[in-house]
Amino acid sequence: MKIERVIFHRFFVPGLLGLIIVLLASLPLYYPSTYIFVLLTSIFMYIVLTVSWVIFSGPTGYISLASAAFFGVGIYMSAVFGKVISLPLVIGIGGLASFCLALLVGALTLRLRGIYFSIFTFGLVVLIQQLLLWWEVVQMHTRGRFVIVVNNTTIYYIMLIILVALMLTAYLIRRSKYGLALQSIGEDEEAAAHTGINVTALKIITFAISAFFTGAAGSIMATRWTYIDPYIAFNPLFSFLPVLMAIFGGMGHFFGPVLGAVIFGYLEEVLITKFPYYYMLIFGTILVIAILYLPGGVVGLIQKWRKGDLAEQHANP
Amino acid sequence: MRILEGERVTKHFGGLAAISNVDFHIDQGDIVGLIGPNGAGKTTLFNLISGALVLNSGVITFKGQRISGLKPHQICRTGVARTFQSVRVFANISVLGNVLLGSSFGTSTSMSSTDVKREATECLEFVGLSARRAIAAKDLTLANQKRLEVARALATKPELLLLDELIAGLNPTETAQAMELVSRIRDRGITILMIEHVMKAIMSICNQVIVLHHGEKIAEGTPQKIATSKTVVEVYLGK
Repeated sequence: MKIERVIFHRFFVPGLLGLIIVLLASLPLYYPSTYIFVLLTSIFMYIVLTVSWVIFSGPTGYISLASAAFFGVGIYMSAVFGKVISLPLVIGIGGLASFCLALLVGALTLRLRGIYFSIFTFGLVVLIQQLLLWWEVVQMHTRGRFVIVVNNTTIYYIMLIILVALMLTAYLIRRSKYGLALQSIGEDEEAAAHTGINVTALKIITFAISAFFTGAAGSIMATRWTYIDPYIAFNPLFSFLPVLMAIFGGMGHFFGPVLGAVIFGYLEEVLITKFPYYYMLIFGTILVIAILYLPGGVVGLIQKWRKGDLAEQHANP
Repeated sequence: MRILEGERVTKHFGGLAAISNVDFHIDQGDIVGLIGPNGAGKTTLFNLISGALVLNSGVITFKGQRISGLKPHQICRTGVARTFQSVRVFANISVLGNVLLGSSFGTSTSMSSTDVKREATECLEFVGLSARRAIAAKDLTLANQKRLEVARALATKPELLLLDELIAGLNPTETAQAMELVSRIRDRGITILMIEHVMKAIMSICNQVIVLHHGEKIAEGTPQKIATSKTVVEVYLGK
């Protein structure tokens, strides 16, 4: 039994993940449909937003609502530099700009705890949005910007690369001593500091790493929208969605938030096409039910089923 | 040799002087008891030494090096570890995980992961929690959570250990075991400063005792000297 589990974790899981990545990477060769690329890119975007949020907020319990700010910074970097430099560089700049913003904001606000931190991070989204709007309308007498057009396959591949890099980073952090330290900060920050952990530095750097991936995702998504303005780029929905998807999927397991984002992304697509008028209504109802009745998220439900099965097996040998 | 020294240590909370002009020193290898009535400033002094609070004036030095003004994690890394009055283990992290944090981030941060793990396992064995290493810390009894807190502090490899009411809330058997643990820690060459209300425990185990009252040091010396001191008896029993 124990050996089976070790084999499962050592070989089966990484093997399956490798297979999925190979299948996704070779998809354009045997299934050249634009629709599937656009759909998968959206789902990848949701996964990136959710998992990068979970890297920091999951273990520490600091609920950040700044995702939309980092996403928007990425989007704007793409609009500003898209025509000037090559695409991979634009993505890097988008990520780096968000990284630096997170370092700055983190240094200022990570002393705040609980609701104060959440409110401040959300205020950041609105602040940047309104500042940009003021700058564009009052100073430049323009509104919004055009973004270079990139073909869907390229967007798909770049998003896939960002996703794989993020999952690898999240996994490495989680299994390192820093992952444990982040969790201890969530449990009791003061005790963590007295155990020798530099809690301030660890929080700020992890916050910035999480912002890097959100910003990079923003840079590439911008090319799909062709036109952006502060309201599109700094849409508060991108602050709330990662939190909702993570809770929906369940944060008790590494793949919970991924599952949440996949179901969410697909559901959104289906509902928008099938019920364009009732989409938000149905979406909201599903969310409320999930939060009320699935405290552990989808993953919690699956784990409960599996435990139930095991208990039955033991009861009737 | 003096391992810890405080000079004119002062801490105000608003108008209240929680600690005022306290001079103290602790010799290496000793078990020093810190006693005093409720509100005397014992835990405040612990918080000042460990960096949880910043002093208003005065200096605290550890092995001749100034530590007042450093951050808690820096003080921990110079070799001063502590436990808390109300247990503060990482409740949802495993017992081994709690101790691993100490050995990963304590005084020696550049150990290989096998060394870190060996260190942590050794500390768990030392306090007698090896068998429970895999369960979450919140599922331990109070006595065992206190042991775990000690193990986590020991895993940071301190030279000075601050114990805040280690035996409060324990039954007589557990108390005896805890006292035995304290003397075994001293035998490893670690100096101990402990806050305790149970006089019997203090008198039996400490070499030196410091008495605080209303934020001031009113007496210090061997347990025998303290027990017969007129001022101390007055403070505890009234005139």
